[in-house]
Amino acid sequence: MQTLVAYVENKPGVLNRVSSLARRLAINIDSLTVGPTENEEIARMTIVAHTDERGAHRLEASLEKLVDVLLAENISTRALLERDLALIKVSADQQNRPHLMELIKVFRARVVDVAPESLIIEVSGTVDKIDGLLEVLRPFGVLEMARTGRISMTRGGDLLQPPAASPESPVSVEAESK
Amino acid sequence: MKLTGAEILCESLMRLGVREIFGYPGGAILPVYDALGKSKLHHVLVRHEQGATHMADGYARASGGIGVAMATSGPGATNMVTGIATAMLDSSPVVCITGQVSSKVLGTDAFQEIDITGITMPITKHNVVVSKAEDIARTMREAFLIAASGRPGPVLVDITKDAQQASAEFHWEACEPKLPPKRVRKNHDQAELDRAVEMLNTAKRPIILAGHGIMVSGAMRAFEQFVRAGNYPVAMTLLGIGCFPANDPLNLGMMGMHGEAWVNNAIQEADLLIAVGMRFDDRVTGDLRTYAKNARKIHVEIDRAEINKNVKVDAALVGDAREVLEQLTPHIATRDHSAWIGHITELKGDSAVRDIQSLPDSGHLYAAHVINDLWKETRGEAIIVTDVGQHQMWEAQYYHHNRPRTLITSGGLGTMGFALPAAIGAKFAKPNSEVWVVVGDGGFQMTMSELATIVQEKINIKIAIINNGYLGMVRQWQEFFYDKRYVATPLVAPDFAALANAFGIRGERITKRAEVVPTIRSARESAESVLIDFRVEQEDSVYPMVAAGSSLSDMIRRPNNPLVETATEP
Repeated sequence: MQTLVAYVENKPGVLNRVSSLARRLAINIDSLTVGPTENEEIARMTIVAHTDERGAHRLEASLEKLVDVLLAENISTRALLERDLALIKVSADQQNRPHLMELIKVFRARVVDVAPESLIIEVSGTVDKIDGLLEVLRPFGVLEMARTGRISMTRGGDLLQPPAASPESPVSVEAESK
Repeated sequence: MKLTGAEILCESLMRLGVREIFGYPGGAILPVYDALGKSKLHHVLVRHEQGATHMADGYARASGGIGVAMATSGPGATNMVTGIATAMLDSSPVVCITGQVSSKVLGTDAFQEIDITGITMPITKHNVVVSKAEDIARTMREAFLIAASGRPGPVLVDITKDAQQASAEFHWEACEPKLPPKRVRKNHDQAELDRAVEMLNTAKRPIILAGHGIMVSGAMRAFEQFVRAGNYPVAMTLLGIGCFPANDPLNLGMMGMHGEAWVNNAIQEADLLIAVGMRFDDRVTGDLRTYAKNARKIHVEIDRAEINKNVKVDAALVGDAREVLEQLTPHIATRDHSAWIGHITELKGDSAVRDIQSLPDSGHLYAAHVINDLWKETRGEAIIVTDVGQHQMWEAQYYHHNRPRTLITSGGLGTMGFALPAAIGAKFAKPNSEVWVVVGDGGFQMTMSELATIVQEKINIKIAIINNGYLGMVRQWQEFFYDKRYVATPLVAPDFAALANAFGIRGERITKRAEVVPTIRSARESAESVLIDFRVEQEDSVYPMVAAGSSLSDMIRRPNNPLVETATEP
């Protein structure tokens, strides 16, 4: 599994270009999350792909060839912080509810909705942690689940920022060289 | 100045240096055609939109500039797909302009509406829908910039009809391209360069693999200096032909599936491959597991995505071929490779003598004869535009190109039907050059309607049909690998000479070797287009050949006596 971060233009069709590229390279995407950055014109993607290092290089280099992709970087081998968020609706009756609450506490999850026959649990953390919680919830009856997919960030001073638009040269440097 | 979107488009094209547009009108692009009529742009009316894209492609390849094709929405746009893909696979800078239904009805399956940007996403370098007149000028500037920069490729601009009709202020200077700010990657570090130099200076058996990128980069001079500095033998890819003179002793000619066996053997025996502006296509490498096992590899390539894609390399110098070569040349210290070059000459042996070209005239007409005579008669100076198949490989083997951009052919996509329209584009790019189409009877029938375009535009193109009555390359594969079961390859064709006459073009039919030279001479003397139907040996094959997926060392050789091996006269 390889993790890439990409900064892209925040406009319609870009997600399609990115996912279509992965399809063309026959790379299966495990998760792809996209959201705005502090600059509203730029969105940040975390792409988790089923491929090896060579496939990730090709995906990274091919992504950067797209006009709307400002930067793509394979961060798989770097020190990473990764987070996934899940909402899990699990069936809960009077009898098993206390047991359920115990488990939720252990996993540092939260109950965000309570109904007579079910609970919605919110949990965030690594993929493994959420998978672990899911495992123990399954016997109670998981009715519904929504997961965001992974977002990743390199730790500490290892910065991965979008390239700044320079007012003097609105044209990409690569394009200008010809 | 207030102009309509259509007028802005024409004005922008003029300012971008466009003289000719290859296109076909229709409802959704009509406002542009109305403006075209009032502009100084010359519109070449094609007979099928695929032809328009191949013409723009041929124009780009012959000139080194950008070719422009235009079509209406829906079927006009979808007919362009093959030509766009052809340009994409061969990194050819083509800008396609399509009309689109009005933005009000976008997404409603309106008459002749199709999502052409969706369709062409994987086969364009970039594409974009424009739905406002005020965005047209900037978008066209961006399209031209993207098409020609870095590794070139096709760009499609889809303009809604209401954007063509609406009015907007036109300020060219204010419409600077606004492309997203890209991260500037450092191409390669000094260590990588040092590693490459070390390899260059320690190699005993180096060989250069020269590709299309040398031409695209305009690196011919830098390349020659590099070759001379190290005294390196040069093997060419199909699209690399012309980047280094064929008559230079260091030029070995084409490599790969239909390269000469001794060229491929030299690659297999080399201890260093210096790949410049090429991408280790499967037609070049054969089976990757056995490819150049003993060689270290240096890859000079502008596209990072090509590095280690097919062949793992030892030094990757990412960048423009000219810049990288200029960096390398001063560091070359070893230039005595005479033992190695002598060995390659030994490998070559008497293959030239055994060649079909050297056989005495036995009444049989071979494609090799035709192409070799054409080479001699034109002194290798014509622009040859080939289609795809056997004749394409024979051309690469028997026509020796000394100058860049004189062989125009569809390499990566292998598009049959490419030659005739691409030659029309090439002729517009180089009106003073002699342009020959070398095409098979199959491919010619795919786009022969463009003969009418030649007549309507009154241009002078010579057409040599290598007519063997088969889809020859497919027949060859059936002969070699399917036990001569010729399914769907025998091909009925019209009387091409009579067909040419019907279009108002002089047509000739040649069946004997002795007639070849006089007919080529007479065609060259004509100021008008001439079509020559060369009725060549029907079941001849292209030799040598590396079967698809086989090792480069494992070539199918020409039978000792081809006259016995092949069928009688058609």
